Amino acid sequence: MAKLTGAEILIQSLQEEGVTHIFGYPGGSIIPLGDKLYNEKSLTFHLTRHEQGAVHAADGYARATGDVGVCMATSGPGATNLVTGIATAHMDSIPIVAITGQVKSALIGNDAFQEADMVGITRPITKHNYLVRDVKDLARIVKEAFHIARTGRPGPVLIDLPVDIQLQETEFKYPGTVSLKGYKPTYKGHIGQIKKIARAIEKSKRPVIYAGGGIILSGADKELTRFARKADIPVTTSLMGLGGFPENDPLCLGMLGMHGTAYANHAIQGSDLIIAVGSRFDDRVTGRIDDFAPNATVAHIDIDPASVSKNVHVDIPVIGDAKEVLKELDTLLKKGDYTDWHEMIAGWKKEMPLKYKDDDRLRPQYIIEQIYELTRDKEVIISTEVGQNQMWAAQYFTYTKPRTWISSGGLGTMGYGFPAAIGAQIGKPDSIVFDIAGDGSIQMNIQELAMAVLEKIPVKIAILNNGYLGMVRQWQELFYGKRYAFTGLAKDTCTMCPDFVRVAESYGAKGIRVTEKAGVKAAVKTALKEKGPVILDFIIEREENVFPMVPAGKSISDMLHGLA
Amino acid sequence: MSKFVISVLVENKFGVLSRIAGLFSARGFNIDSLAVGETEDPEVSRMTIVVDADERILEQVKKQLNKLIDVIRVQDLTGGEYVERELILIKVRAESAKVREKIVQVVDSTGAGIVDVGKKFLTVEESGNEHRIKALMELLRPYGILEIARTGKIALQSD
Repeated sequence: MAKLTGAEILIQSLQEEGVTHIFGYPGGSIIPLGDKLYNEKSLTFHLTRHEQGAVHAADGYARATGDVGVCMATSGPGATNLVTGIATAHMDSIPIVAITGQVKSALIGNDAFQEADMVGITRPITKHNYLVRDVKDLARIVKEAFHIARTGRPGPVLIDLPVDIQLQETEFKYPGTVSLKGYKPTYKGHIGQIKKIARAIEKSKRPVIYAGGGIILSGADKELTRFARKADIPVTTSLMGLGGFPENDPLCLGMLGMHGTAYANHAIQGSDLIIAVGSRFDDRVTGRIDDFAPNATVAHIDIDPASVSKNVHVDIPVIGDAKEVLKELDTLLKKGDYTDWHEMIAGWKKEMPLKYKDDDRLRPQYIIEQIYELTRDKEVIISTEVGQNQMWAAQYFTYTKPRTWISSGGLGTMGYGFPAAIGAQIGKPDSIVFDIAGDGSIQMNIQELAMAVLEKIPVKIAILNNGYLGMVRQWQELFYGKRYAFTGLAKDTCTMCPDFVRVAESYGAKGIRVTEKAGVKAAVKTALKEKGPVILDFIIEREENVFPMVPAGKSISDMLHGLA
Repeated sequence: MSKFVISVLVENKFGVLSRIAGLFSARGFNIDSLAVGETEDPEVSRMTIVVDADERILEQVKKQLNKLIDVIRVQDLTGGEYVERELILIKVRAESAKVREKIVQVVDSTGAGIVDVGKKFLTVEESGNEHRIKALMELLRPYGILEIARTGKIALQSD
């Protein structure tokens, strides 16, 4: 058998796994790998301008396509620049494989130039990680890494590959199977437990389904939709679950939690049965835990046993894959009569809809609504940064399909949205991809405009520009006596710092500034026609707030509504 | 809070100990003791971990341990039948012949052994369950304990 180098083995293994795109950045410890990739036709290397951009792009690619995203960086600072992105993927259970160069095996532990203990650093933020110590192990490690990343509760896996091992030779045979004694995820739910949920549904008068990101990850959106409609049970989703249930369905309550709809929160609080599917009762969802859904029996379907009864006590746990379990539950379903419950919810919906001041000012909610209206008959993906922009994008866009909402939910990573949008666009070249951004967070990875321009990636960036780190400013306004400590991004001496239109132009992208409500539609239409990336710089009402809002640590019954 | 004895079978691989220790520190779980060694299968190690926790945290500890790829099996021994042993070395001050004689008497009466003798100290070895080790420590304490080393508990299920 012919011998291959470590670099060649890695590339062939990636091909075996069906990888077609790698996002990355070169460096001293990964030159042999880059060299072998250089002429590889079936693998496209996307050169970002910062390693953080590479890992977020791989993550966005994974969220948009459902495939494993792959990124690559050199040892030391290159690798540590991946850390935020790996943690982002870990919190949201996104399958990525990160490949980092490492210093020569013989130098490991010697504080060599550009050495960092990546296995140590990423241990708590990966599903698993590897330091390759022998080239003979490499093919098996890649096989395991992809298997671990994409199965069970997905997550990021890091492979740290010393530069000498990239050059060493051995025989290559890609393993057909994976043998991991300690890793066997449960997909099929316990039938006895599923029957208990069916019985609870039959007895319930006020049931609610609370669906999370697990619906998207498991591909269970169709099963969820069919089940909820058949059972006639209203559905609320977490931030990560957006798109898992069509928001134009009358049963949809929208998002729950801190910035969820008032009716979703009231429905949860008033329910007698919560059927949680692929969600984890995050503190942003539950608010004060001892006052969460006080009268509800809680059933929880999740593939990760550790998510069950972690935050909220669960009465009926089912460990398994959301899709499998929902299918099973569907066959056992005996529908109850929830007429009164639906009436009560309809009352809340009428009384407390999502709303904003509809005047002639340029308000962010209006912009999101217009982006939805102008793209609703097309395939569209929304990514977001983090903060007010993210919450408005969650509230005012209507998500009807899975994998159309790409946002850093768990870690809340500013600077995520733009590179993630690039990754999503590469994975879904025929979709329209919008990054809803703030003027703060867009500056955290704006350098990726270079890659977007050079590779002609037509991502649209809608900056909701208020000259503030808006979400923190909102907390300061409401809870810190309007002391806007370090959240102002503009000053009298520079009201637009930077001028995003000129930033766009300096990279060779199109920049459009919109200062009036009347200009929104035309600007969005122009952006949609553009073949390359566009920045839409919307100068919005400066102190617009996100409502409803449950103050941190309060019960989700205690919402601030903002508007009278 | 009470103490629970958990027996964890893990892949005998580079870095496993730090994965387990890291999990405990990252999630704020308290380890009372941790003992690790190879099993009958050289590819597998057994870790015996004594955890200070309440029932709810214990559940999380077990689930989080199970999530680690290198963890093969987690057994909660508490509440069931099991044998446990710990080895302890106690260095006791023994400067006069009279004191030495008394310490030797204590050691003989408890079934412990003397494993090292110095000019000013005796080192006593004992292995047994927690009760036995504690009892010996209390008997030796009046003479002045200079240093202690203990292995942490190891345990095996009885049935």
